[in-house]
Amino acid sequence: MIETRGFRIARAIVLTLLSLFVVVPLYIIVATAFKPLEDVRGRFTWIPSSLTVEPFIEMWRTVPLADYFVNSVIVTMTATALSVLISIFASYAIARLSFPLKRPFSLVILSTQMFPGILFLLPLFLIFTQIQRAIGLQLNGNYLGLIITYLTFSLPFSIWMLSGYLRGIPRELEEAAMIDGSSRLGALFRVVLPVARPGIIAVGVFAFINAWSEVLFASVLTNNDTRTLPIGLQSYSSESDVLWNELMAASITVSLPIILAFLFVQRYLVAGLSAGAVK
Amino acid sequence: MTTLSAPAAAAPSVSASKPKPAPGPPSKRQRRRGEARRGARLGLLLIVPAAALELAIHIIPMMIGGWIAFHDLDQRHIRNWTQAPFVGLDNFIRGLDPGTATGAEFFATAGRTVLYVVIVLGFTWVLGMAAAVFLNSSFRGRGILRTLFLVPYAIPMYVGCIAWAFMFNQRDGMVNTLLSDLGLIDENPFWLIGDNAFFALVVVSIWSYWPFAFLMLLAAIQNVPQEAYEAAALDGASNWRQFWHITLPMVSSANGALVLLMALWLFNQFTVPFVLFGPASPDQAMLVSPLIFSNSFLQWDFGLGGAMSLLLLLGLLAVSAVYIRMVLPKGREDD
Repeated sequence: MIETRGFRIARAIVLTLLSLFVVVPLYIIVATAFKPLEDVRGRFTWIPSSLTVEPFIEMWRTVPLADYFVNSVIVTMTATALSVLISIFASYAIARLSFPLKRPFSLVILSTQMFPGILFLLPLFLIFTQIQRAIGLQLNGNYLGLIITYLTFSLPFSIWMLSGYLRGIPRELEEAAMIDGSSRLGALFRVVLPVARPGIIAVGVFAFINAWSEVLFASVLTNNDTRTLPIGLQSYSSESDVLWNELMAASITVSLPIILAFLFVQRYLVAGLSAGAVK
Repeated sequence: MTTLSAPAAAAPSVSASKPKPAPGPPSKRQRRRGEARRGARLGLLLIVPAAALELAIHIIPMMIGGWIAFHDLDQRHIRNWTQAPFVGLDNFIRGLDPGTATGAEFFATAGRTVLYVVIVLGFTWVLGMAAAVFLNSSFRGRGILRTLFLVPYAIPMYVGCIAWAFMFNQRDGMVNTLLSDLGLIDENPFWLIGDNAFFALVVVSIWSYWPFAFLMLLAAIQNVPQEAYEAAALDGASNWRQFWHITLPMVSSANGALVLLMALWLFNQFTVPFVLFGPASPDQAMLVSPLIFSNSFLQWDFGLGGAMSLLLLLGLLAVSAVYIRMVLPKGREDD
């Protein structure tokens, strides 16, 4: 694009304001995490009176943060891995094969995406209670219930996006492999999936972020032993007091793994989104 | 793919006209028919896991949710909920009669939620589009800004909300400190309760959601060929005209998907108010999902929550019919 002077000035102003909007809360998270407790008890200050790493040490003792961390990792990783695998299968079927009930299936997948989680929460809770009474399989307050819930919730978007992505991959690639004696599934795994890697990484990141950040179901379907991070972090506040510096330190700690993962896959993410969802 | 589109319907008539297939190597046509059958079998097999999960976690709970709406289900029956008494339309009458306090609250909440969606979506789209257009041009520091703008999307949404709750703190939060330092307020207003709560909710939501719009629009804009701009510039079109006549039309399909997706996410918003205000939102900032949550899990009136959910579901079904028509191009899966 050929840039006029007006364009440059507008760009400078808009990007400066946007950067401030984005940076201020982020700065406050970081600055607060390094503040001593008396700093966060009084009037807000932009600059800590002294820098301390104490909150990052204390936060592990104040609440069982390590346990919450382990719970979140188990639930999120399992849900993400299964969700990616299942959406690969379903999207391949939608993109390449014709089978009975294909259109109803695609419609149901698309439409469940728009229903709010709140619609499913109470019925799921009741169903899980009933299953436990009937066959003794515990799902409330257990990893399993949370895993299958999260995994199912990221399926619609993942299938929708990945099937779009797979459609963009030339059919000739797998046909050539099949002529060489490979089965259809063999061709899918050896030829199609390596090419579709950006799309797969994009839906994996999507499922991961969804599960890692989920609040509503975690608030009802977990108990003290399986509490995940979003709910666990609330333990830093009591009726009378909030340990803001430790809360911010913990917030940074829980964000760091996915920020790093996110930055690492950023380029795949943009490629995956533009190829899958947009076309 | 059109030749294989209806294998089940084509198979019987063909086999009837040819009762005894000739021995020897199968003809090309037969091979193709066998392939179609195998494809259909494999297709069904591949969607079984997804379909089973959809059924168990989405479809069946939705039906049970509908059942709850017609039953008097509260704390007394929770342990043995299948025995809850049938009450017909009682829950709907109780919850949705605008003459009663509960009914008036429901309609006010629905209206407020629509307003919330329109405001947040509008700002989100404008900010995302502006950032995408500007970051698609080249200048120093572009890479840093591109990464920075994605950070609010990369961190868990509840972490951003925690930071904003800290900033909006009435007694000595950053917002009130800044406003009184600038001499704009004499007395510290409350931001997380009362009339200002809706404003706080909107600001935090825009902060949390605009990077997603930015990401999607940037991806779409990057696909616009550079030559289009060069040709327009040769013809003397200003940057502004280039935006209206090249960028906007070329990202329209991404736009349609983005706007509808975000509208639905926002309409069902729960995380932002839950972290910002706690389990019970202030009345002035109550949205539909937190209202149903409050009826179900704070007041333990599941029947009423179920009735509201069902109504919400019907509304969203109407929207989704339009959505699918717009987002799913006709014949896309038969290509």
